[in-house]
Amino acid sequence: MGIAQTIKAFTLYEFVKAHALTLKYFFKPKATINYPYEKNPLSPRFRGEHALRRYPNGEERCIACKLCEAVCPAQAITIEAEPRDDGSRRTTRYDIDMTKCIYCGLCQEACPVDAIVEGPNLDFATETREELIYDKAKLLDNGDRWERAIAANLAADAPYR
Amino acid sequence: MPKVKVDGVEIEVPQGATVLQACELAGKEIPRFCYHERLSIAGNCRMCLVEVKPGPPKPQASCALPAAENQEIFTNTPMVKHAREGIMEFLLINHPLDCPICDQGGECDLQDQSIAYGRGHSRFDENKRAVTEKYMGPIVKTVMTRCIQCTRCIRFAEEVAGVEEIGAIYRGENMQITSYLEEAVSSELSGNVVDLCPVGALTSKPYAFEARPWELRKTLTIDVMDAVGTNIRLDSRGRQVLRAVPRVNDDVNEEWASDKTRHAVDGLVRKRLDRPYVRRDGKLHAVTWDEAFAAIAAVEHGGSVAAVAGDLVDCETMFAAKALLKGLGSSLLEGRQTGMDYDTSSLAAVNFNTTIAGTEEADAILLVGTNLRWEAPLVNTRIRKAIKKGAKVFAIGPETELTYKVEWLGADLSVLGNLPERVTEAFGKAAKPMVIVGGAALKGAHGAALGLVETLGLVKDGWNGFNVVHMAASRMGGLMLGYAQPAGISALYDAKLTFFLGADECDHARFTGFKVYVGHHGDRGAHHADVILPGASYAEKSGTFVNLEGRVQRGERAVFPPGDAREDWTIFRALSERLGQTLPFDTIDELRAAMALDCPELATLGLKTFAWSAPALGTVAEGVLEGYPIKDFYLTNAICRASPTMQRCSAELVHGESFAEAAE
Repeated sequence: MGIAQTIKAFTLYEFVKAHALTLKYFFKPKATINYPYEKNPLSPRFRGEHALRRYPNGEERCIACKLCEAVCPAQAITIEAEPRDDGSRRTTRYDIDMTKCIYCGLCQEACPVDAIVEGPNLDFATETREELIYDKAKLLDNGDRWERAIAANLAADAPYR
Repeated sequence: MPKVKVDGVEIEVPQGATVLQACELAGKEIPRFCYHERLSIAGNCRMCLVEVKPGPPKPQASCALPAAENQEIFTNTPMVKHAREGIMEFLLINHPLDCPICDQGGECDLQDQSIAYGRGHSRFDENKRAVTEKYMGPIVKTVMTRCIQCTRCIRFAEEVAGVEEIGAIYRGENMQITSYLEEAVSSELSGNVVDLCPVGALTSKPYAFEARPWELRKTLTIDVMDAVGTNIRLDSRGRQVLRAVPRVNDDVNEEWASDKTRHAVDGLVRKRLDRPYVRRDGKLHAVTWDEAFAAIAAVEHGGSVAAVAGDLVDCETMFAAKALLKGLGSSLLEGRQTGMDYDTSSLAAVNFNTTIAGTEEADAILLVGTNLRWEAPLVNTRIRKAIKKGAKVFAIGPETELTYKVEWLGADLSVLGNLPERVTEAFGKAAKPMVIVGGAALKGAHGAALGLVETLGLVKDGWNGFNVVHMAASRMGGLMLGYAQPAGISALYDAKLTFFLGADECDHARFTGFKVYVGHHGDRGAHHADVILPGASYAEKSGTFVNLEGRVQRGERAVFPPGDAREDWTIFRALSERLGQTLPFDTIDELRAAMALDCPELATLGLKTFAWSAPALGTVAEGVLEGYPIKDFYLTNAICRASPTMQRCSAELVHGESFAEAAE
């Protein structure tokens, strides 16, 4: 054992150094966040939970063209359509199996009316698989709930499209 | 035979061919909207422009230009490409960009051709034209803003369907296609304009917004709504058939189909029998297959067993029932539910011998008690074609609108023995004379009509002009399999045990024994049954059908039968085991092999010709025809009666109720 090492050993140098490092981080700002109450910023292009949007007057955007169903590589989307009482083309069923979905975003790319979008929501874990099979009511409800965030994201991304 | 050069390749084309046909013969694709092989040439869409030398230095419409000797045709020069782009841009000026809500999307000529031949963008920023919707009846939905004014629908209605009820008003950009006074198009072929329309202006009303073409499973099969045997394609999704569209078969249906063929398919999911029933204390109770079979096995029939074939059943079903009856010691088979008892000793005497395609060549035609427009609409279109070539048509029966010029000889059948001079004169001059006997006359005037074979010289070398029109898809197959009693259906009334193979049109109350209904719809037959065994409809089994000209055709299964229902032949196979007479086939192929042994004509597909021999029947016909057997074209069988579309067609087009206001 060399002399320098002997001195370090007796002065508890390593010990003090380690604690100094700890103390340094103790006074530094935190890297972690308080997750459910605080969130990291997301890109406007983030592809999270799906939502079906409405027009400002409350009319649902989806016109049952079935392009999202056709483009979906995981075949997670199921649509059935028929004429509504006023003669317009609307879905009677719009299901997304979120356990099949691979969040590729092709559905929102295919949509001609910006009806189906992948919103910024990413924490929608459930306790059962059944809850992850979304129907039209759930998707429209998502759309109403997230409309402001989705609209802001679309506006932010619009110049690059 | 002019020789032309297409893009440097020299080919010989038939006399009278157009430049477009020459290009097709050379394997070049020419885009087109208004041109259609089976319609007259209009030349108004200009999409088929090509460069032709010698000729003016400008692109020319190839569909209307006859091919001439030593012509040089260019289909891929910059001039042609530029012309196509220009035409496409003009067509899209007024065409709305609503493909996502258009039912034609995915099978649209304009979509496909604008991808292939268009510029990809438009320089037009003015307002587009908008056109009000027109009402065209229960089958055709209109979105007239999408119309590109190709006039195919007008030409079809006038030339093929024979009802001049679709036309154009105004001109230029303001031209609008409309039905006469915006009333429903009364043709039984109106559904074909939906297929003809190259864009989404005319689409199918019952099928509106139901599905996209890419999500449909396509099955090739044969229609059973009439005896023509229309070749169709059933488009299904999941367990439901969503639409029926015709296939091209020049010998049978060309590329048309009647509205009943197209739109009765929504009856396949309504009023279906999906489990066995047994009648106890006058009421039908749902039971298991075992209990239903036990109820049948308990009947003491002593060999007195009968089978009545319905209008829609396939040969396999009829053969399985026949084999079972044979095992039980009976051959009481009958398919002519309405009490017909015409002689069937010679199949040629009850066949449409001229063939459907051959009808076009006839030059003198006598219709005896047949309303062909309802009994066989696609034979009627052939007669229209024959008339265009100069044929004369006479008819015996109550006067009705047949869509062409007919000389009516009255409804009295006795005129058959004493034809007016103008008829005999016309037939005397005819090289290919034709007599068509329909269901109304078959009962009383079969012999008298056969007598005309001699007097009018109907049968000669390479030509047989004696024809009988049947109305049931199962009829010719049934006759080949022996589903005919000399006394007709009345011979079966006293059988102790009767199987009804989807037979809904007979008088069930006359049958005194135990009634077993094997079929697919809860219609008249099921109401009278003691036991109901749920079977498969034509879409749910692979079946062999023989059409009215003796053409053996086979269809494939599109979907599975609902619930506990099974394919009919498997029901008879299972029942035979229970009755101790196990049938010797376990698969459909084994059944077909056995059927081929029983009836060699059914061994192979295709047209069967029956050697001509006329049975000796009394040649005196008397009586006045009161009407035709089909009272309502749209409600002739159990599937139609269950179909909301057919019910609405019947209410509107036959009974004259008005739905025009109800439409948007």
